Amino acid sequence: MLASDLSILLPEIILAVFAMLGLITAVYTSKDGLAPVLVWLTVAVFVGVAAMIGLSGGPTQSAFGGMFIDDGFSRFAKVVILLSAAAILLVGQEFMVRDDLMRFEYPMLITLAAVGMMVMVSAGDLMTLYMGLELQSLSLYVVAALRRDSARSTEAGLKYFVLGALSSGLLLYGASLTYGFAGTTLFSGIFEAAEGGASLGLVFGLVFMIAGLAFKVSAAPFHMWTPDVYEGSPTPVTAFFATAPKVAAMGLFARLAHDAFGGVVGDWQQIVALLAVFSMFLGAIAAIGQTDIKRLMAYSSITHMGFALMGLAAGDEQGVSAMLIYMAIYVTMNIGTFAFILSMTRDGRHVTNISALNGLSSREPVKALALLVLMFSLAGVPPLVGFFGKYAVLVAAVNAGLNWLAILGVIASVIGAFYYIRIVYFMYFGEEREPLDPSGNRLAMVGLMTAAAIMLLGVFNLFGIDDLAMAAAATLVN
Amino acid sequence: MGVVDFTFYLFSLTTVLAGLFVVVARNPVHSVLWLILAFLSTAGLFVLIGAEFVAMLLIIVYVGAVAVLFLFVVMMLDVDFAELKAEMAKYVPLAGLIGVVILIQLSMAFGSWQFSEGFDGRLGNPTPALSEMHNTEALGAILYDRYFLLFQLAGLILLVAMIGAIVLTLRHRTDIKRQNVLAQMYRDPAKAMELKDVKPGQGL
Repeated sequence: MLASDLSILLPEIILAVFAMLGLITAVYTSKDGLAPVLVWLTVAVFVGVAAMIGLSGGPTQSAFGGMFIDDGFSRFAKVVILLSAAAILLVGQEFMVRDDLMRFEYPMLITLAAVGMMVMVSAGDLMTLYMGLELQSLSLYVVAALRRDSARSTEAGLKYFVLGALSSGLLLYGASLTYGFAGTTLFSGIFEAAEGGASLGLVFGLVFMIAGLAFKVSAAPFHMWTPDVYEGSPTPVTAFFATAPKVAAMGLFARLAHDAFGGVVGDWQQIVALLAVFSMFLGAIAAIGQTDIKRLMAYSSITHMGFALMGLAAGDEQGVSAMLIYMAIYVTMNIGTFAFILSMTRDGRHVTNISALNGLSSREPVKALALLVLMFSLAGVPPLVGFFGKYAVLVAAVNAGLNWLAILGVIASVIGAFYYIRIVYFMYFGEEREPLDPSGNRLAMVGLMTAAAIMLLGVFNLFGIDDLAMAAAATLVN
Repeated sequence: MGVVDFTFYLFSLTTVLAGLFVVVARNPVHSVLWLILAFLSTAGLFVLIGAEFVAMLLIIVYVGAVAVLFLFVVMMLDVDFAELKAEMAKYVPLAGLIGVVILIQLSMAFGSWQFSEGFDGRLGNPTPALSEMHNTEALGAILYDRYFLLFQLAGLILLVAMIGAIVLTLRHRTDIKRQNVLAQMYRDPAKAMELKDVKPGQGL
């Protein structure tokens, strides 16, 4: 029994063993001198494991009595998580070396966080859910405070840790209530218990768990930590926060909502819809006054989480597939944008002021054009790929009868477009005062150009991602 | 009232009272000592229901390690608890209001307590009866078999905690002299010293 269970967990085991071997090797050899090599190795392992998961196919399997589920949905999410983590490690590498942050623990902590995220999207039990979540969060708290001489970075780590612990407490409280009323922690058992209407106690448990998860995806009104943590953390770490963990948390959200409470969609639909509305509007309005591009991206991610939650709020197969498409597109856009932010330097120092972008187009027209494409895509301007993500969730919401939600989404999207277009305005019409250094960060440039190219070329068929997402969603919702 | 009943009430009362004193004690060191008493009496309660392994675990891990660690931290850190409390006092009205609202909501939830249908069937019986297998063995069987995955994941989480503590605090200082044990052991006394015959009045 154990051997067959473990073979289902093979990708996670490979990553965990790789992390431990990497740590031991680095400790006994040249320590931080090995870090750049480890980053490349980690990227190779991530891509390899992603290929292994993506090509495995096969029916839905479960291990350890249903505590760990391997289905199309989890495979889709895992491939997105691993590839985005690999991309972030690559584009952030030169930044980490330049700022003397390249410690060998960094790629290993990212690997362990990836293991946690993979367990999260595969969770079939409240306990597995919590274990995966904690493994991911704990690694992220540490990398947030990686620049330990900076008060900003340590503050970010501490803030993230305290609020993360609070949200874990909420989640655990909800989980214990659910267990108390349902009599089991297995999702399949909870599904059975909630059949034909959840009891009041189960609804309480559900509400607490949703609050805890909303913290993790930084949905308003549980978003307070996001701007400070994004601003304080080293930029490559911020880029990581904005991508893979969001996919994992949304995947976990969908898994809990459909696997455990799929029979009582009405009970959580309104909560998720409300979270979506708050996030979309708060993110769109609060971002307008920002002067720091990292804080701006924090509010932008809150808005985008609102849209992804709108897909989830639809509560059906189409909604989940829209959410998956949205997350995949969101992650690609964010990798490109952060690759640009990583290359923003003046006199060798990293700057994050939006005003530093003034007049960029006259000196570096190609870079400015790439960022313009990404910004329009983030804003959801047709015909770029970002538009199709928004279109998918809006259609899902309308088909589920949530017309009011879709209309509010469109309004929030129009408000949000303002600050993306403002960046474009600065680049093309702003008056240049202190120019940025010409970028020498080659890997980041490759990331920026690739992401921009995907935004343009993806308009033909989205690289087939919509079919894959549809198939993945079908395995979750049944 | 039999001996068992009497010990149960004794331990329960001690647990509750000790818990109360943990919160109200003015001196934090006293709080920790009350906490140790609460742990000890809880361990007594566990023995009463036949869970001697958990009872021993509570004493060894919680009293022996965690509480003593608390005590060290409380005694070594120079935290002004009075000041912290004054800071907290500002938020008491708001916190109290939220607390009352949540309390009312929860009492509504618990007031209409009803298990979902088929509760007993799902609850199952994780461990065999005490007469068949004593509870240390039963716990081991569950932990390393059914919950093997969770156990290993917990191990990974602890590993991350350890890496985190090292990453965030360890500093390699380069400006200090360190002991090199191997160099000391391989030192050859014959080469370490050179004898010179210094002639009077000439120097080297």
